[in-house]
Amino acid sequence: MCGIVGLFAKSPEIEERLGVHLAAMLTQMNDRGPDSAGVAVYRDPAPSGSSKVTLFSADPGEDWAALAAELGSELGCSPEPGVRASHAVLVVDADAAAAEAWVRANRPDLRVMSAGSVIEIYKETGLPRDFAEEFRLTEFQGTHALGHTRMATESRVTTEGSHPFSTGLDLCLVHNGSLSNHNRLRENLRREGIGFETENDTEVAAGYLAWRMREGATLEQALEGCLDDLDGFYTFAVGTADGFAVLRDPIACKPAVLAETDGWVAMGSEWRAISVLPGSADARMWEPEPGVVYVWEKELV
Amino acid sequence: MAVAEREQQAAVELVDLDTTPLRELNQRLHDLVESPGPAAWRIINPNGAHAVACGLDADVDVEIEGHVGYYCAGMNKRATVRVHGNASTGLAENMMSGLVVVDGNASQSAGATGRGGLLVVRGDAAARCGISMKGIDVVVGGSVGHMSAFMAQTGSLVVCGDAGEALGDSIYEARLYVRGSVASLGADCVEKELRDEHRAHLAQLLNAADIDADPADFRRYGSARQLYNFRIDNAGAY
Repeated sequence: MCGIVGLFAKSPEIEERLGVHLAAMLTQMNDRGPDSAGVAVYRDPAPSGSSKVTLFSADPGEDWAALAAELGSELGCSPEPGVRASHAVLVVDADAAAAEAWVRANRPDLRVMSAGSVIEIYKETGLPRDFAEEFRLTEFQGTHALGHTRMATESRVTTEGSHPFSTGLDLCLVHNGSLSNHNRLRENLRREGIGFETENDTEVAAGYLAWRMREGATLEQALEGCLDDLDGFYTFAVGTADGFAVLRDPIACKPAVLAETDGWVAMGSEWRAISVLPGSADARMWEPEPGVVYVWEKELV
Repeated sequence: MAVAEREQQAAVELVDLDTTPLRELNQRLHDLVESPGPAAWRIINPNGAHAVACGLDADVDVEIEGHVGYYCAGMNKRATVRVHGNASTGLAENMMSGLVVVDGNASQSAGATGRGGLLVVRGDAAARCGISMKGIDVVVGGSVGHMSAFMAQTGSLVVCGDAGEALGDSIYEARLYVRGSVASLGADCVEKELRDEHRAHLAQLLNAADIDADPADFRRYGSARQLYNFRIDNAGAY
């Protein structure tokens, strides 16, 4: 099953309360995905020349301040990491790739959940409604966000196997469905230099997008490539620094609803998720067409 | 019937799903099979809840104000259910009899496996509308998505707008009427002549659905009956 939500603010009021709305939407999708939950929030841009990385530690006693000091002595880093449950966001005075490389080399026990200038990804096993509370989602302000609730159909229920999957700087993917050619595709992508950390099918879709965009495709072209190269069922929502995109496979078994008002654009697996937003009763609402890429970006809205 | 009892039946029973649990509502509607109660119900704040007014088996009118989730009015028998909003997946799935009307759009698999009764969607219906229908009549004021009337056995699907790809794939004996364009016909589905008897049938369905359209504007599709029996020529395909 799984549930997906996406919210794109078009007004300062929605930006201020982005986390409140995101938490409400995610909680509505609790029953669609009781195994794990995750969000990608686009907020609080890193200062020019700096970047943000979101890290996950399986150790509840992780000393994030010590890590920030260590990272800071090499690359320069804000001394106060933003800690939320098992995750922390570090603002580094270097580009995101350098920060990511440092973490992988020096702290291989940590996982880089996201890297970029605005993205933060948090994900954890357990009920979505508990996740929303534990990670204090209601505190977030930001421009847009994606969320996912997982009911696992293949690969283990772990923090790493939760969505969203980061697909590149400031880019992430959430997925409702299952892919059937992910093993072969993973091997092909590994040969292209794309790294994978789980046996999860969605991570392969994320890797596929990263590869296509590395080779020069736009997000829209990369998503259109999915229609040819991915076999299986999917509704995807992809977050970018400027907005988000939605794609359903041509068979379109997996649900999706889109709605728009003057204040927001929202995507949900079901109307229930959108009904909690202000003004939803009067929103323009429609079902995305199978095999069609929908994109919202700041300039376009 | 006592006067008080008659008055009770004439009044509209209001149920607010913001404050009443869905199971309680459905249980009260199911109880009407055994013991008579209000004949008219008005349900507010459905907010996309699943299985609203599912499994009814009584001569009641149920009006739902707002959007509903999966399987609304599923397995409906005798009752009239009107949704003043949109409906999600599996609207009126396996309906037996009665009338279900949706003012807005319906998501995929509307009227799936329906055995009887009339389903009216005034807006568009998405993919797989009327899939495996077995006697239900479905009238759609707008368009339907791909694979509609897949393996349809009996009953009718009327589409006042356009039909998506693979209409009527592997169809048995259901009748399909489309006013607009058909993106493509599925396996063994062919266009057939629209004769007077079909125009009369269409007029009756459109009238019952309260949709103003001229039966002469529609085209009829049905089974070529080439998949009914195994053909040795196709052996290589397996």
